Amino acid sequence: MHLGPDRVARLQILRTDLEQAAVWLSRPVRLMEVCGTHSHVIGRWGLRQVLPEGVELTSGPGCPVCVTTGGQVEMALELARCGIIMVTFGDMMRVPGPSGSLAQARAAGCDVRAVYSPAQALDIALAEPAREVVFLAVGFETTAPSVASVVKQTAEAGLRNVSFLSLHKLIPPALEALMDNRDSRIDGLLSPGHVSVVIGTEAYRGLAETHGVPCVVAGFEPEDILRAVTMLLGLVATRRVDVLNAYPRAVTPGGNRTAQALMAEVFEARAADWRGLGKIDGSGLALRERYAGLDAAVRFGLVETAVADPPGCRCGDVLRGLLRPQECCLFAQACTPEAPVGPCMVSSEGACAAAYRYERLEVGGTDLDLEASLAAASLGRRSR
Amino acid sequence: MCLAVPLQILEMSGSVAVCGHAGLRAKARLDLLDDAGVGDWVLVHAGFAITKMDPEEAREAWALVAEVSDDAPRP
Repeated sequence: MHLGPDRVARLQILRTDLEQAAVWLSRPVRLMEVCGTHSHVIGRWGLRQVLPEGVELTSGPGCPVCVTTGGQVEMALELARCGIIMVTFGDMMRVPGPSGSLAQARAAGCDVRAVYSPAQALDIALAEPAREVVFLAVGFETTAPSVASVVKQTAEAGLRNVSFLSLHKLIPPALEALMDNRDSRIDGLLSPGHVSVVIGTEAYRGLAETHGVPCVVAGFEPEDILRAVTMLLGLVATRRVDVLNAYPRAVTPGGNRTAQALMAEVFEARAADWRGLGKIDGSGLALRERYAGLDAAVRFGLVETAVADPPGCRCGDVLRGLLRPQECCLFAQACTPEAPVGPCMVSSEGACAAAYRYERLEVGGTDLDLEASLAAASLGRRSR
Repeated sequence: MCLAVPLQILEMSGSVAVCGHAGLRAKARLDLLDDAGVGDWVLVHAGFAITKMDPEEAREAWALVAEVSDDAPRP
């Protein structure tokens, strides 16, 4: 990875700001990057290695496919195996369930299709009028409004051969559950940028005040993340509980009201099971009664069963920030991106996959300059 | 899963737009925005524009991407 001299200079300044913010800390602090896309950027740019001493940044539960349970994958597999066209995002394809993954089902002859946009499910349903099409809907508040819009269009168009299996999950209730658990010992939350585009910064206010945990919404360039961590350290050092916005080019206090209204019109909150976090009240989205005819769970009588995690898999602890991926016995041995045991190794945004790709060669120490660290991250990538 | 890309609306037909920047072209639905028009910059996630963006800031975001290359430094 090569950077222009101007950008390296700007990054160095941001790094100096970060170090200066850390001077005021009276004890070691633990921050969590909630979002899997942040974990990916942090790994790619080697940002964990440039954190000041006493500052730890741990990954959280914000990778939608990682928090999908084995039981939820099994429901999708059950449908795929009975001749239905199963449509979903590419990230979902390789997530292992108790009897395999959707990719394996496809290899065995099932009709499973990866799409970029949920609107493509309608195109497929129109092109295949004699067959049932199910869209397996995963994702947080970033994605749920788009799916809500497609559900509404399906109802308006009177399309009868398509339905939706909603595994959508909501970030604030999961963060509440995480903060309720004292084991996680989180001093500050780096809040997800694109979830916040939809829900707005004020959505974290209650959580921040109830748990005394400062939150800073971050964007996805390394500059955004360095700036957000610096702001978070400032709040932690001064014991100020607040919600700040380090991604103002996309995020507003109130979020996207049109998207919120669509989501509320089509979905209602219900309890949902998260890998690692268990059942959390009000943390999932189900289709409302008036859209029950488009609910695949209703149409096909699907029941979610509890499935134990694969033996030895510690994805649950990784998702709660209790364990670094490198500390799992299976990491890079029995569990690799080519042959993943747990979901955190599957998605490129899973904490384990990001650690495998970018942080496997321990560069060690905290005295590296940013350039050296970037070079190390880039070497880590090329050595594969 | 939460990746989103800033793109400019180049053409619109109802609530479907062709968005792009430089050589990149992508179809995006505009159902989540109230007042998007041709020329606006939007953030596109999974085929849907999820917010409008300030044009200056969208161009700056692309400038950052253009500064990084995985090969040799650009002349």
